[in-house]
Amino acid sequence: MPKIRSYAQLLDAYEQFRPLLSIRLNGQDVPTSERAILVCGGTGCHASESQQIVANFKQMVEDRGLGDTIHVSMSGCFGFCEKGPIVKIYPDDVFYVEVTPDDVDEIFESHIMDDRPVERLMYQDPAHKQRVAAQHDIPFYKPQQRIALRHSGLINPEDIREYIAVEGYQGLGKVLAEMTPEMVIDEMKRSGLRGRGGAGFSTGQKWSFARGYESDEKFVICNADEGDPGAFMDRSIMEGDSHTVIEGMAIAGYAIGAHQGYVYIRAEYPLAVERLKIALEQARELGLIGKNIMGSGFDFDIDIRLGAGAFVCGEETALIHSLQGERGEPSTKPPFPAQSGLWGKPTIVNNVESLANVPVIFTRGAEWYSAIGTEKSKGTKVFALAGQVNNVGLVEVPMGTTLREIIYEIGGGIKDGGEYKAVQTGGPSGGCIPVQFLDTPIDYESLTAIGSMMGSGGMIVVSDQTCMVNFAKYYLEFTVDESCGRCLPCRVGTKRLHEILTDITEGRGTEKDLEELRELSETICDTALCGLGQSAPNPVLSTMKYFWDEYVAHVKEHRCPAGQCQKLLQYSVVDEKCIGCTACARVCPVGAITGAVKQVHTIDQSVCIKCGACMTKCKFKAIINN
Amino acid sequence: MVNLIIDNQSVSVPEGTTILDAARQTNIRIPTLCHLNLGTLKLDNHVASCRVCVVEVQGRRNLAPSCATPVSEGMRVTTNSRRVLSARRKLLQLMLSNHPMDCLICAKSTDCELQSLAWEFGVNAQAYPHGERAVFPIDKTSGALKRDPSKCIMCRRCETMCNEVQTVGALTAFGRGFNTVVAPAEMQPVVDSSCVYCGQCVSVCPTAALTGVGYINETWNALFDPTKKVVVQIAPAVRVAIGEEFGLPAGQPVTGKLVAGLRRMGFNAVFDTTFGADLTVVEEAHEIIERVTKNENLPILTSCCPGWINFLKYQFPNLEYMPSSCKSPQQMTGAVSKSYYADKMGIAPEDLVMVSVMPCIAKKYEADLPEHRHGDLRDVDYVITTRELAKMLKESGIDLRYMPDETFDDPLGESTGAGVIFGATGGVLEAALRTLYEEVTGNDLEDVNFTAVRGMAGVREASITLNGRTINVAAASGLGNARKILEKIEAGTSKYDVIEIMACPGGCVNGGGQPYSHDRVEVIEQRIKGLYMIDGWQKVRKSHKNPAVQRLYQDFLGEPGGEKAHELLHVTH
Repeated sequence: MPKIRSYAQLLDAYEQFRPLLSIRLNGQDVPTSERAILVCGGTGCHASESQQIVANFKQMVEDRGLGDTIHVSMSGCFGFCEKGPIVKIYPDDVFYVEVTPDDVDEIFESHIMDDRPVERLMYQDPAHKQRVAAQHDIPFYKPQQRIALRHSGLINPEDIREYIAVEGYQGLGKVLAEMTPEMVIDEMKRSGLRGRGGAGFSTGQKWSFARGYESDEKFVICNADEGDPGAFMDRSIMEGDSHTVIEGMAIAGYAIGAHQGYVYIRAEYPLAVERLKIALEQARELGLIGKNIMGSGFDFDIDIRLGAGAFVCGEETALIHSLQGERGEPSTKPPFPAQSGLWGKPTIVNNVESLANVPVIFTRGAEWYSAIGTEKSKGTKVFALAGQVNNVGLVEVPMGTTLREIIYEIGGGIKDGGEYKAVQTGGPSGGCIPVQFLDTPIDYESLTAIGSMMGSGGMIVVSDQTCMVNFAKYYLEFTVDESCGRCLPCRVGTKRLHEILTDITEGRGTEKDLEELRELSETICDTALCGLGQSAPNPVLSTMKYFWDEYVAHVKEHRCPAGQCQKLLQYSVVDEKCIGCTACARVCPVGAITGAVKQVHTIDQSVCIKCGACMTKCKFKAIINN
Repeated sequence: MVNLIIDNQSVSVPEGTTILDAARQTNIRIPTLCHLNLGTLKLDNHVASCRVCVVEVQGRRNLAPSCATPVSEGMRVTTNSRRVLSARRKLLQLMLSNHPMDCLICAKSTDCELQSLAWEFGVNAQAYPHGERAVFPIDKTSGALKRDPSKCIMCRRCETMCNEVQTVGALTAFGRGFNTVVAPAEMQPVVDSSCVYCGQCVSVCPTAALTGVGYINETWNALFDPTKKVVVQIAPAVRVAIGEEFGLPAGQPVTGKLVAGLRRMGFNAVFDTTFGADLTVVEEAHEIIERVTKNENLPILTSCCPGWINFLKYQFPNLEYMPSSCKSPQQMTGAVSKSYYADKMGIAPEDLVMVSVMPCIAKKYEADLPEHRHGDLRDVDYVITTRELAKMLKESGIDLRYMPDETFDDPLGESTGAGVIFGATGGVLEAALRTLYEEVTGNDLEDVNFTAVRGMAGVREASITLNGRTINVAAASGLGNARKILEKIEAGTSKYDVIEIMACPGGCVNGGGQPYSHDRVEVIEQRIKGLYMIDGWQKVRKSHKNPAVQRLYQDFLGEPGGEKAHELLHVTH
């Protein structure tokens, strides 16, 4: 492909490549014999052999010589990971779920060749057991609005032509051809975009600070060190739409006066790294990054740097140290990176999702963008919905959507008919939100007000089966493991918090421990060096705030109300129900159960290891635990 | 100037000042632990890891580490609110909960900054008695530096010293979270690391995580062994520092009292390393003259400091041929004692034990090197530090303050002012210049003070013209400064002929074996003053004029640089 040397040439290229997507975008206007088959290539589907599904489809197309009319392509993540691998057929708009490589034959023979969509592979609405053919009719997708994920599941991320065909690089083209850096920053400020990495600082403001410092060199860093447990928003964006991140970085570079960018990405994301590399190569080949981008005289290039997987390297100062080849640990701010960042030069560190929002702000305008969302939080937010909900996956909703909408409409409610107990947002830095706040419209401020935070978008739903003390302990275990060890309150303080929580969940806790838990948490919040340490006690504080009774039950009665803390469990035989079948005694691995045939059995508590095998085995519900 | 209010007092300080420094100017003392600023020694550790110095800043969500927070206009700071004091106390409790708490048997007891802080805070109980502790093995592999990482509080002072000031790069934080500790890369044993044993990490360590390997027991055993004659030598820097351990002011010379004390401890003879220093000057001057005359192999670098020689070997192996081949004064004194003196006294070398008292950790390593052995016999058997000697004196009930002044034993007891100033940076060079001048020109040097090479600046330079040849000299202390000079030499841009290098900033007076001066840099300056004061008192201030040294050449060694001298007093690096 020849280099694109001006904004006008980019617009020509757009016209030229537009037909590549015509089947996908304007289904009705193309001859029905033509079809596009899109197979999800996100990590989840990838792991479930979606690559093989693509290969099988391609083989069938080749065998039948249909290469001109049937286009098979891999796409970015559709987000509905619960039901992957996903295959979507255009222009019919049929959405297949949980497809295996063995299903390819049937889809091809029946749907492609015979126009008879395969009903058994369509999504089944659990409410009325009906099959739903179209993606937009699936409840999971209905309330969603996709901006950051706008191209995921639509274009092939490994083909720059398809990105150009969806107005890709036009934001950059417009900025370079028509705007001064000041205008760019102003537009960003007006859009109201705030950092999607967690803290929610105004992106335009950040750029404006970095622009304000004079320096011979400046840098743009894309923070792709996504580390919250269960979160994969950034990974999906990079896998599904790498070019949008590149374009966003180039616009940022132009705004602040940088000519070099780095994507700091964790090595555990090989597919995202691969796609980024491909995208960078293609963009460089077309002159969309590199020297004299689109004839504007602006130079900007991007390199990829792999992180070794330390959670703390998502903190911007730690990230910069790591990038410099030093130990990944944070340092005190000020100075902020905008003043003294990479190699001591003004640097902005923006999160992947923030950058993915940038190009569209310039193609559609700040007014369009700022019309979405709430007063102080504009646009949409991507969440990785996980835990005990029916539909886990990636969801993108406008700011201001309520938790109830996300969990019940999109997420399909609690698994196995359980009862909602809490949702943890903001990962290990966030807090648990109880049922009384389900109708809170979520944005940065409202989440902070109820003791949690937006964070990068992890959203873990727990049901009444979950012990909140144990849940807090899980997060502390994570923080203890991931603390960089630099400052005392995080290094030793989180360890002590975890020890106290362990004592409580294992029946050794006292009321004094609860007091200590609170005091220590407050000290850590008040004194830790970086944001991670300061927020590490949040899971403890928020569960203590909303689920105090559970803590009290653990320490006063040595009882776990959710029945999850194994060491607090006591299995006993209900005399009236036991028929003396001996099944429990035979299954007990430690011989804790005795009793003669047809006699009531007993459990020796001093021997019992609380494995629960007896309870599972008993057909008569004669064994219970507290 | 920036105006702020600290504890209701108005303060005006220059922009960029930290809250901690601003408070200090108002005599408000904020406790610190990890923080250390050694001013002229160029160590500024503000990693803000311990958080003990937190204060409340109005309008700020959390507490601010005062050591790393710059002041701003109109700031209102409270340093002793309930919130602040509770947080500090909790932090200290956390610190102690991961500490061995073996103060009674700890080498650092009564000189430990953590212990002092706990005492100040009135900590009287363990807050987390059942909490896990991070425990690591003790590393004494080098025979010089002892690492006890279980006592590390992650203040990172050693790391800053090792990497930023000394540029040795032997220490780094290792591991994650609760098990993070400062260690050589990958927790390798010190002896396999790039550590040069300068001991500066020991000087700044607030606890006993880094100390020297002790030889007190070995020394006592030798002293109480009836079959051994035990002699001792004292390095120049010891005499102006050991008094501090007995409540005397820093820099006050206690040479005569020290000699008396050592005799009372039972040493059979008390020698002066300064004698070895004079001998070094004579030999080295000879070498300088030879190399300058031939104009080859220049510059010549001094070789008295084993920390520096290790640094050269590890970091600039291609320049390893450059230093003088002279042994250090310690090793010369050792070698002469075990040959000349032993001979003279009719003692079999294996029955003679040489103990040396050094301000240094690296000397322990040096004494154990194969080039300083003859078969199984070492020229110097045990090296103890100034601190170790102070402990031994106290153990044997000797209070230096009340000792009479006694003189060293012959024949290695006579010394000159030139030998004494070896203990300060620039001293070796100055001593060499005094001798060089007279040896080359044949004239008497009237003013022996070469003040241009004295002082605490990282690098000092001077030139001297001898018989028409200008000799450019430089003295550097601190290995970071040494690195700058070595890089110039490598690049071919150095103009120097003779360079003195000392590993420790300020020279041996600030060695890793000296009494802990903590953050009081003025102590180092006082010790330096003390040495020049002794120099000023001496009748003989030129090494080659040392009568005992002259006798040694006449009776035993022959010519400077001669065959016997080479065998006993030189090594190949």
